Amino acid sequence: MIHASLKELSQALAAKKISSVELSTLFLDRIERLNPDLNAFVTVDREKSLAMARAADARIAAGTAGPLTGIPVAQKDIFCAEGWTTTCGSKMLANFVSPYDATVIRKMHAEAGLVSLGKTNMDEFAMGSSNETSYFGPVKNPWDRARVPGGSSGGSAAAVAARLAPAATGTDTGGSIRQPAALCNLTGLKPTYGVVSRYGMIAFASSLDQGGPMAASAEDCALLLNTMVGFDERDSTSLDRPAEDYARDLDKPLNGLRIGLPKEFFGEGCDAEVMAAVRAAIAEYEKLGATCVEVSLPNSHLSVPAYYVIAPAEASSNLSRFDGVRYGYRAPEYGNLDDMYMKSRAQGFGAEVKRRILIGTYVLSHGYYDAYYLQAQRIRRLIANDFVEAFKQCDVIIGPTSPSTAFKLGEKAADPVQMYLSDIYTIAVNLAGLPGMSIPCGFAGGLPVGLQLIGNYFAENQLLNVAHRYQQATDWHARRPEAIA
Amino acid sequence: MSLTLEQVKRIAHLARIETSDAEALSTQGHLNGIFQLIEQMQAVDTSGIEPMAHAQDLGQRLRDDAVSEADRRAAYQSVAPETEAGLYLVPKVIE
Repeated sequence: MIHASLKELSQALAAKKISSVELSTLFLDRIERLNPDLNAFVTVDREKSLAMARAADARIAAGTAGPLTGIPVAQKDIFCAEGWTTTCGSKMLANFVSPYDATVIRKMHAEAGLVSLGKTNMDEFAMGSSNETSYFGPVKNPWDRARVPGGSSGGSAAAVAARLAPAATGTDTGGSIRQPAALCNLTGLKPTYGVVSRYGMIAFASSLDQGGPMAASAEDCALLLNTMVGFDERDSTSLDRPAEDYARDLDKPLNGLRIGLPKEFFGEGCDAEVMAAVRAAIAEYEKLGATCVEVSLPNSHLSVPAYYVIAPAEASSNLSRFDGVRYGYRAPEYGNLDDMYMKSRAQGFGAEVKRRILIGTYVLSHGYYDAYYLQAQRIRRLIANDFVEAFKQCDVIIGPTSPSTAFKLGEKAADPVQMYLSDIYTIAVNLAGLPGMSIPCGFAGGLPVGLQLIGNYFAENQLLNVAHRYQQATDWHARRPEAIA
Repeated sequence: MSLTLEQVKRIAHLARIETSDAEALSTQGHLNGIFQLIEQMQAVDTSGIEPMAHAQDLGQRLRDDAVSEADRRAAYQSVAPETEAGLYLVPKVIE
């Protein structure tokens, strides 16, 4: 049962082969046994989870259940959930018990009837690519416990990879769903900006942040995404679009699919074994009826520099709310009001978060705004335009998700720039606001390799279709780490 | 470009983050490394390019000027470090 797909779990629940309480208990027991070593969850509350499971069982018995009612999932600890400690991986919010639900949480709980198993570890305020900036300690990669699971949704990735949960939520500002999915052999989807509500999702860089599903397959992601999306008047950038069934197109044949291969993603800078796995996946797509065309994203090398202006600028503004007044950490000793702010923020934020706040403060400060912030926004336009041009020649863009497999814990922690460059293939997608996925496509040195699929705006259905057909033809996504049984 | 120690301290003050001299020094090294990366942008001619603040070209939605939320002050203040009589307490600002 722990390896079952969401569809199989849904059928088992509907046929009363298992109750939600039994299913949730199975996963809660696994968390209790395996989490002390993996550190994938930061908060588990068995009673709360089982209360949700009992409510789900009642819905199933009453015949009012939705397709995923009663299925347990893990929630990234960036989503506020009423009555649950919601830390965002930070000392600043270590004791914050949310008084309200994020829209995503409300939809998953109240509407879909999913059961939350707990809150997963993450890089502090989602700022990191290895989960090492968490105040609650690093997460171990279930494929090799000396290695990182990726970040910032590292806890969600490790939880699903080790089957501590059938699926999980993540968020992606510069690659935080796709990169950990790649490093842990999962399927992860970052939707088009505006498709999933940001209300109650603790803000990092508001023009880039987007929530999405992380699971074992494209089909699981499609089913979970169905429960997460929808217009939300509480999010000023939420898009009002007709309802979609993201499982609708999964089985469409890929005959005639035009795959764009950006030459910038196939040059230097990517591990050779990773590249070999990516090329083998492209050959598989050709067998499935797709044709490949070389495209160019000539400004993609500027995505990391532009991102490290725009994201910190937005973060410095968003994180100014943490001042020790209305919620979060307040220093135990201080003098005047200013001293209270200074000490609370100095003690409550970790080193990487402080660095990004400082970068953001600087690039927005008088005399530097034009040279940095405006220049970065102009480059953002160039990067987005590159995609517009590329999508004139192809339906979907394919390349590596990450330039390497999972690196060792501590390997890049001392050098922020090296860490930033691990998101070199994912960041441009956020800057343009496009949907992107990572799917398993093989192994290098025994570690998972992720294939990135980038779609045009609102092409989630097509991306899921392209991912699903590949997963029908290959079994990379079904491989599990040996040590987790 | 390279930030001086004084600049680092000034930015930290603007961001309201107390920073010791030792912290400022290590932060200076890291920030200068990051700005070296960022400087690649300066080589690009972007004249005539419209800055892109956002992925979707959206207007700001308006709503009726009417009460839409229930009063949940007690719940929201329950997570505050210090409150009294419905007010957030901070050190005295005006003597």
